[in-house]
Amino acid sequence: MGTALVPAGQHQAFRRTWRRLVQTARLCCGVPDYDNYVRHMQEKHPEREVMDYKTFFRERQEARFGGGKGFRCC
Amino acid sequence: MKGFSKAGWAVLSLIGACCLGVVALRRGEHINALWIVAATVSLYLVAFRYYGLFIANKVLGVDPTRATPAVINNDGLDYVPTNKHVLFGHHFAAIAGAGPLVGPVLAAQMGYLPGTLWLIAGVVLAGAVQDFMILFISSRRNGRSLGDLVREEMGQVPGTIALFGVFMIMIIILAVLAMIVVKALEGSPWGMFTVIATMPIAILMGLYMRYVRPGKIGEISIVGLVLLLAAIWYGGKVAADPVLGPMFTFTGTQITWMLIGYGFVAAVLPVWLLLAPRDYLSTFLKIGTIVGLAIGILIVMPELKMPALTQFTDGTGPVWKGSMFPFLFITIACGAVSGFHALISSGTTPKLLANEGHAAYIGYGGMLMESFVAIMAMVAASIIEPGIYFAMNSPAAAIGTDVVSAAAHITNEWGFAISPEQLTATAAEIGEHSILSRAGGAPTLAVGIAQILHAVLPGDGMMAFWYHFAILFEALFILTAVDAGTRSGRFMLQDLLGNFVPALRRTDSWVASFIATGGCVALWGYFLYQGVTDPLGGINMLWPLFGIANQMLAGVALLLCTVVLFKAKKEKYAWVPVIPAIWLLICTTAAGFIKIFSDEPTVGFLAQAHKYRDAIAAGNLLPPSKDFDQMQQVMVNNYINAGLTALFLFVVFAVLVYSVKTIAAARRSPVRTDHETPYVALKPHEVDL
Repeated sequence: MGTALVPAGQHQAFRRTWRRLVQTARLCCGVPDYDNYVRHMQEKHPEREVMDYKTFFRERQEARFGGGKGFRCC
Repeated sequence: MKGFSKAGWAVLSLIGACCLGVVALRRGEHINALWIVAATVSLYLVAFRYYGLFIANKVLGVDPTRATPAVINNDGLDYVPTNKHVLFGHHFAAIAGAGPLVGPVLAAQMGYLPGTLWLIAGVVLAGAVQDFMILFISSRRNGRSLGDLVREEMGQVPGTIALFGVFMIMIIILAVLAMIVVKALEGSPWGMFTVIATMPIAILMGLYMRYVRPGKIGEISIVGLVLLLAAIWYGGKVAADPVLGPMFTFTGTQITWMLIGYGFVAAVLPVWLLLAPRDYLSTFLKIGTIVGLAIGILIVMPELKMPALTQFTDGTGPVWKGSMFPFLFITIACGAVSGFHALISSGTTPKLLANEGHAAYIGYGGMLMESFVAIMAMVAASIIEPGIYFAMNSPAAAIGTDVVSAAAHITNEWGFAISPEQLTATAAEIGEHSILSRAGGAPTLAVGIAQILHAVLPGDGMMAFWYHFAILFEALFILTAVDAGTRSGRFMLQDLLGNFVPALRRTDSWVASFIATGGCVALWGYFLYQGVTDPLGGINMLWPLFGIANQMLAGVALLLCTVVLFKAKKEKYAWVPVIPAIWLLICTTAAGFIKIFSDEPTVGFLAQAHKYRDAIAAGNLLPPSKDFDQMQQVMVNNYINAGLTALFLFVVFAVLVYSVKTIAAARRSPVRTDHETPYVALKPHEVDL
């Protein structure tokens, strides 16, 4: 005990859960995971320009509510 | 191990059955809310494990090796393979709204038992089946929307009819939601102040996320939430203030006009300024309150004071009129089965589904969760003294306008003992001038929520804080729905009108958007206004229309599922969607015909219209109408509602006829005729997500 380091695995589990929660909260607002988007673009479309987070966020906001798509359930 | 898990499930089923037995059979003494909670949780788990997975494996033939649209079209934006728990949260947040909260509160006038039983049976056999099957069908068709699916599988005409039906239903939903807000804020300076305060708070958040730290939702939402709580606290001061208090006190008609004006302005503002930030706030608040309520019920373990069955099962209830069949099923609506979920299940969710194997958990499981929210609403409405429940939900025409007459009527005529002092004390406790005739569900639910939260976190005067917190929580997401609904209604209307005047279809034209937005607001504004000014309290008029429309859409969705099963040559499992479809068709048709043709003026639209027509002809002024113009208006409203109900019936029958035709054609064909996208195998590294 005393000064021994907590095994990294314990933090890992906590951080993974936290990141999933943040991901859920953002997706509920119509914003999918940005890191995942960047990874996808780098892997599949390296020739295309990757949006920065600000542009990505605005694009998603417009996509969720613009064009008559934002209907919410009763 | 396998034998053990089987035994475990058997035990769980037994627990569920026993708890339900207690809920259903114990009479004459108060039962604890935990019996209902335990019964529903265990029955829902068992239903998911057996019926949900039966539908997945046998009926639909879920294939975990098949690539979903999210994988095939992955673009990191619209189509994203998503972790199943994350997607569950997203799907649940998208389907949960005011409907499952309000329906059970209104249904509680018959006692908690009928509503609870229908919530459980309805979700297991109808609601969750619909959500899950539509999600699967849409996922196998590249994430197409309900309207497109009907068009593709049944033809152009039923597709257009279904879309038109969706538009009309949306108008009714917006009107009924807006009316819930009006009824909650009428004569309540505290509530009014906090709701108005949400606008500058949301705009502040919007500006921050746009310009200061773009896209940082989390930090500013916390700031927004703190400001919101501060606004609730300050609202109490405003209400007590001799100058500010009257400034924020409005009548129902005034709030109606403010909402109509608001709907128009909000729908043309840029989305990032008001709509989006308030949507974030309302989503977090909604999930937070639901979780808080669940924890609260577990901690407080309240007793249900409402009897299991009241005398109003005979159809003479003050909140809404009509017999248990079909009106209980129409009233409960969303928590048991909601047609609108078909739009979500064929909207964003299938585009995010990483694997077909997750569809049962998200579609079937998500709806079970929504039904559980409805169960909590039923609990919240039933832990209130029945006398207070009826004082809050009965129209002035039934109980009068002062506490003495209300208490006397409720105690002597209906047998729920309540004193005028209790009514006054309750109003004072929640920081309102009066609790009489606040139909609409939201205030009653807010009293129930406040009692639970107050028991968990007591404090002097905190009851009023929690009451207004609950009111704000509902008003917030209802205003978001009104705003977002007006926007999408505007585009739908532009599309519909564009068939006749092509120039109106241009979404970049100011004139066209002005006309379409105005038209959309005028439509729901009309129904809102007639609801607010209705002598019988409005809910009696609008909620059945909403329920019929919503359940009818569910019927359409289940008919689509049936058609798809027949076309896929899986007719031996067609009973799975057919049974709930037939039940919903029977309910909606019966309710529709009764609402149009019943001789009872409080139930039938035509009878009510004729009563007013005859009274006008005879020169009798019917209170609470103040002059003949108002009576004329009530008459016209009832004719319009009768016409609208007939229109809904036409939509559902048209889809039924086309379904039968399509099924007959599918049976004649020796091969599958459905329109599934071709099979694409998942690559090994894509399987595990």
